[in-house]
Amino acid sequence: MKKAYLVLANGKVFEGWRFGAEASVTGELVFTTGVVGYLENLTDPNYYGQIVLQTFPLIGNYGVIEEDIPDKAQVAGFVVREWCDTPSNFRCQYDLDKYLKDQGIPGIYGIDTREVTRTIRENGVMAAMICDEVPADLSALTAYEIKDAAAAVTPDESAVLPAAGEELCRVTLLNFGSSAHIADALMAKGATVTILPYTASAADVLATDPDGIVLSEGPGNPNELTNAIETVKALVGKAPIFGVGMGHQILALAMGGKCEKLHHGHRGGNQPVKDLTGTRTYMTTQNHGYTVLADSVNATEIYRNVNDGSCEGLCYYPATPAQSVQFTPVYGNGPHDTSFLYTNYIETVIKSKKAGEC
Amino acid sequence: MPRDNAIQKVLVIGSGPIVIGQAAEFDYAGAQACRVLKKAGVNVVLVNSNPATIMTDKALADEIYLEPLNVDTIKRIIEKERPDSILAGLGGQTGLTIAMQLAKDGYLEKMGVRLLGTDADSITRAEDRELFKEAMEEIGQPLIPSDIAEDMDTAIAVAERIGYPVIIRPAFTLGGAGGGVAYNEEELRVVARTGLDLSPITQILVEKYIYGWKEIEFEAMRDAAGNAIVICSMENFDPVGIHTGDSIVVAPAFTLSPREFEMLRAASLSIVDALGIVGGCNCQFALNPESFEYAVIEVNPRVSRSSALASKATGYPIAKVTTQIALGYTLDEIKNEVTGTTFACFEPTVDYCVVKFPKWPFDKFGGKSRKLGTQMKATGVVMAIAPSFEMAIMKAVRGAEISLDTLNKAPMNDTPVEERLHNLDDLRLFTVFEAIKKGVSLDTINKITRIDKWFLSKLKKLADYEAKLAAEGLTEENYLIGKNFGYPDKALARLACVKEVPASMHRAASYKMVDTCGAEFAAATPYFYSSYDEACEAREILSTSKKERVIVLGSGPIRIGQGIEFDYSSVHCVWTLQELGY
Repeated sequence: MKKAYLVLANGKVFEGWRFGAEASVTGELVFTTGVVGYLENLTDPNYYGQIVLQTFPLIGNYGVIEEDIPDKAQVAGFVVREWCDTPSNFRCQYDLDKYLKDQGIPGIYGIDTREVTRTIRENGVMAAMICDEVPADLSALTAYEIKDAAAAVTPDESAVLPAAGEELCRVTLLNFGSSAHIADALMAKGATVTILPYTASAADVLATDPDGIVLSEGPGNPNELTNAIETVKALVGKAPIFGVGMGHQILALAMGGKCEKLHHGHRGGNQPVKDLTGTRTYMTTQNHGYTVLADSVNATEIYRNVNDGSCEGLCYYPATPAQSVQFTPVYGNGPHDTSFLYTNYIETVIKSKKAGEC
Repeated sequence: MPRDNAIQKVLVIGSGPIVIGQAAEFDYAGAQACRVLKKAGVNVVLVNSNPATIMTDKALADEIYLEPLNVDTIKRIIEKERPDSILAGLGGQTGLTIAMQLAKDGYLEKMGVRLLGTDADSITRAEDRELFKEAMEEIGQPLIPSDIAEDMDTAIAVAERIGYPVIIRPAFTLGGAGGGVAYNEEELRVVARTGLDLSPITQILVEKYIYGWKEIEFEAMRDAAGNAIVICSMENFDPVGIHTGDSIVVAPAFTLSPREFEMLRAASLSIVDALGIVGGCNCQFALNPESFEYAVIEVNPRVSRSSALASKATGYPIAKVTTQIALGYTLDEIKNEVTGTTFACFEPTVDYCVVKFPKWPFDKFGGKSRKLGTQMKATGVVMAIAPSFEMAIMKAVRGAEISLDTLNKAPMNDTPVEERLHNLDDLRLFTVFEAIKKGVSLDTINKITRIDKWFLSKLKKLADYEAKLAAEGLTEENYLIGKNFGYPDKALARLACVKEVPASMHRAASYKMVDTCGAEFAAATPYFYSSYDEACEAREILSTSKKERVIVLGSGPIRIGQGIEFDYSSVHCVWTLQELGY
């Protein structure tokens, strides 16, 4: 057992033990409240530059199941109360410690995670470091900011992925870093999906001859991505647009809206979202630190977070064929309660495609 | 939807005397229901034959009838009181069965009495084996191969078709009374006879016996608008085969990967939707530990015994919310009273482990068989909350008042421990622990008991620690590890062979809060569990209060000779102290 420290930018220090990679790391400290799903968290590009803390104390119970996750971990560091060195599941391949070592992700355990969570809840998201010695000078820590997150996690290459079954339409997915689960959902609904990096120009996107354009999720600050905002501005009206997560924010910015940072973000699988056009409230998976100010943009707010009233979805129809949601409709093995959003979108795209052909 | 103002006078059926399978849980649920109704300005008429309940207090109901719980009595009361509605889903199976009988023969309709919450058709669909099977087939939810039988010949034919061993489940009985496992026709004849005799409608289910599968429960909640959430998952330490009421149960489920978890969560939501549940509902599943194969064991279309556990395990008041839904509210309109700022329409999350441990009556009845099976035998339960499974199970065992402060219990006889591992009895946890200490491999124990290796590995950590403590003695480091494993000072001193823990070493407990949300939001209702961290939320809160404080000691688990009378007096003690300004 090797001693380690979790040092917060506000000067609070928590003592724990090392697991995973031995390196020291600095990142933005955020917490996530899901009981299961630690592998999904570790590999979620939305966590780029962040040290992720699990509020559930027992992490690693079912070990590592490679078939459920992409091949690369994305978090900067990992904070748990207890990690399980005796995982048990019929698909378990090995334990979490080995995974973090293989992926080069430093972890710390033995932390009073509830107390750290309370600190973030009261003071907001802040930088933190996992290290072997507490530094005397915390100025590097307080100055820490996540920069160019989308650039760091988005591959430059484009790809064309076939529809599952018969091709009903062609959708071009602008990738802001986290697009695999969105592509899977669209393909399952009958779309051939062309993935382009968010750095693509409007002309690049239109050259793929899309029936619909989807803006993906991704990490970081949407206000940084000024080129992409201009690109989306040029794409508005060319085909039905659907924005998810970062895509929702970029679309709002392209339409003249504003985004701001949340106090401590939404991260977990139990975020209640109310459908303002109907009677239902849905459980959603979320992982984001920024939010769109609903009043700042000329659109109808269609979904709202029941807990804090923040904007969760905007509809630009009838003026503009575009719609967006802040939450993740389907993420890996998380709740699928709102997967109908993809079904509805694909229907819209097919309808608009047919209208265009007549 | 706002409150339905047509509801002005409601008849609430309580749960009657404490019996095995129906203990204080339903007084808890019924009392919460009465409070919600009274607060909403509803005239509450309560029937319950048990005087030791909180719900029969004048403070909770306007009219109280301490009368037998049967159809005729309830009819008489309805004729006298003329309520516009009846609330039956919170008093356990007894109240629900009476209400269903009144609904079925058209009596409720004739008297203009509405059944609040889940309607009679939905309840029938969930409780009638055949209709339930149809409903599950329609939505593609797998059931364990089974068929109903109303006589012995059919029972035998069914068993032969699906293959032995089979398990017999009588329809409409409490806590699975009259059920049992049969490995051949001879045994079946005995078990099926008892089951048929005990079922009020002479009906049994003959079902494929899937011993060794994991038993997983989900508590779900649905409103009339169709919003549905899962409040809590629970996992039985003991696999399928031992009644949930007699199983050690943990919450949340510890050994499921997200794929299994979401598969069963989605199944629960699909079930409550297909059945048209309005309020709380309990879904039980069996999950093959070696694949994604699962089966729906049963669905309780009401607030159940597990609801009390799920409520206390998460802080989410299931009975209260069920009653608010019955009054017409939707989940997004109901405030989460624990945080005071968020709403009831969310899935609670926890940042601790919960262990439920049954309280059995065997110590009172020396001669009674300690064997456990499909028929519930426990009279009460204890629940423990802690940051780790080890600490939680240690606390639970201490709380059970069985004169143990560790998992070390001397065997009752000199049968070798490997043999005793085969026994399905109340000593199983201690036998397993003994076997681990004696060096029986976890694989062997798992093979015999089918208890998941995750749990066995955790117990082994305790066994290894005790060995280390005995070898190294009580060092500062060992003391701290021990405290975090849930050992009291006395037990540590004993295990380390010292007279007592030195005063300089002693650490006081700190207290953490249960808040439904893993600390994402600040909580307004103080509800604590102990840990050995530095930060203490209880001391933080207490330091801001100027009131004098009194500690009220409750009565512990329900056992023979101590029913809920002492819960009743403790509650009154607390109310009086609050009135006096403490």
